[in-house]
Amino acid sequence: MEAAFEHFRLWLAAFLTLGIFSFLYKDNPWYKLSEAIFVGISAGYWFVVLFWDNFFGKFWVGAGDYTMQWLASVFTGGESPSAEGVDLMLWIGAILGFLMLLRLIPKIGWLSRWPLAFIVGATAGLWLINYIASNVMVQVQATMVPLFSTVFGAGFDAGSGVIIGGLVIFLGTFSGLVYFFFSKAHTGAFGTTARVGVFFLMITFGASFGYTVMSRMSLLIGRIDYLLGDWLGMIK
Amino acid sequence: MITAIVGITFVVSYFIPHFPFNRMDAWFADWFSIIQACAIVLGALNLLKLSAQKVIGKKKDWGYALVIILSFALITIVGLSEGSDYRDPGTGFDWLYVNMFIPLSATMFSILAFFVASASYRAFRARNFEATLLLIAAFFVMIGRVPVGDVITGFMPEGWRLSDLANWIMDYPQTAGQRAIMIGIGLGVVSTSLRVILGIERAHIGSGE
Repeated sequence: MEAAFEHFRLWLAAFLTLGIFSFLYKDNPWYKLSEAIFVGISAGYWFVVLFWDNFFGKFWVGAGDYTMQWLASVFTGGESPSAEGVDLMLWIGAILGFLMLLRLIPKIGWLSRWPLAFIVGATAGLWLINYIASNVMVQVQATMVPLFSTVFGAGFDAGSGVIIGGLVIFLGTFSGLVYFFFSKAHTGAFGTTARVGVFFLMITFGASFGYTVMSRMSLLIGRIDYLLGDWLGMIK
Repeated sequence: MITAIVGITFVVSYFIPHFPFNRMDAWFADWFSIIQACAIVLGALNLLKLSAQKVIGKKKDWGYALVIILSFALITIVGLSEGSDYRDPGTGFDWLYVNMFIPLSATMFSILAFFVASASYRAFRARNFEATLLLIAAFFVMIGRVPVGDVITGFMPEGWRLSDLANWIMDYPQTAGQRAIMIGIGLGVVSTSLRVILGIERAHIGSGE
């Protein structure tokens, strides 16, 4: 029975993998079936994860469960539950979440703007700080470094590779930023620097493209490895 | 008003991580997570509604819409019935994740390799110097990431082979360009966030009607 189940498991994954691959030939019912399963499974997966991790893990554990037990004790006259670790402010989050669902009722759908305003405000506040810290300050700090280590010792390196590398990074970052500065016409020395920035940006796009293709290739190799190895047993 | 209060609180709590701002920061983060959970309900209901409409109306490809509903129901029922330890190895949810979700998502992303390759074949032309730079960088990064790259340049000394060149491109010119882009994005996000917090940008809450 266990062996049959194991076979079923292998065949199911292979069936779905080949179904998606079949799109390389052309759109067909096998691909559409696999695609539909993928859409349903993905949506369900995130639904379950967010339910248990966010709703249950935050709200129910922090306030919902206590509130239900407290209400039960009030109505039945029993002992009140312990309020240790309870944070009733989480109810505001639940109410905002509930208001979000009111979008489904057109007449009072406008109430969903409140949680939306909250989400946008929170995201703006978080990003304002995070981006200025990680995308601006840290990157500038990492670019403005000495051309070689100024501290003699184990980490000392004043090789030409390090110096050239440091110059390339400084020049590339600076000229790239000049290219993104649109408040001044790209003419003269400014325009020449911006053009050098374009060269660096092109190398970046090309390298990122190559890197992306190779990461997709490694996923492809993983799936082929599954089909030929785990499923068909041709690769030991 | 809500946007401004929440946004300013997050900013202030970064600089003053003490009561009451640290407490408000924690509450807002928790509320954010709870609203997220409710938002996925909205998304799931929308998906189910659209699929159900297709099935009930027997529209084109309604059978696939039914498959969407069934597969959604399957993983949701299994996941919700297993309690908060739903991700533990050996659970039904984990089985569906390992044997259905992973193969499907990995294969879906892996076939992009073919589409990217065919699109680049059609789009990449060394028309000018910039396009040639892009092409060369992509070529060296790709060939430097596979063993054949080092086989071809095996006669070269260590540190000068194609894999080393690919690493150099990734570590220096690519990093430089990436940094310029990141700093640009960072400044853009900061200015947009300020506009949102100060109420200059309010498209997200509609026209006010």
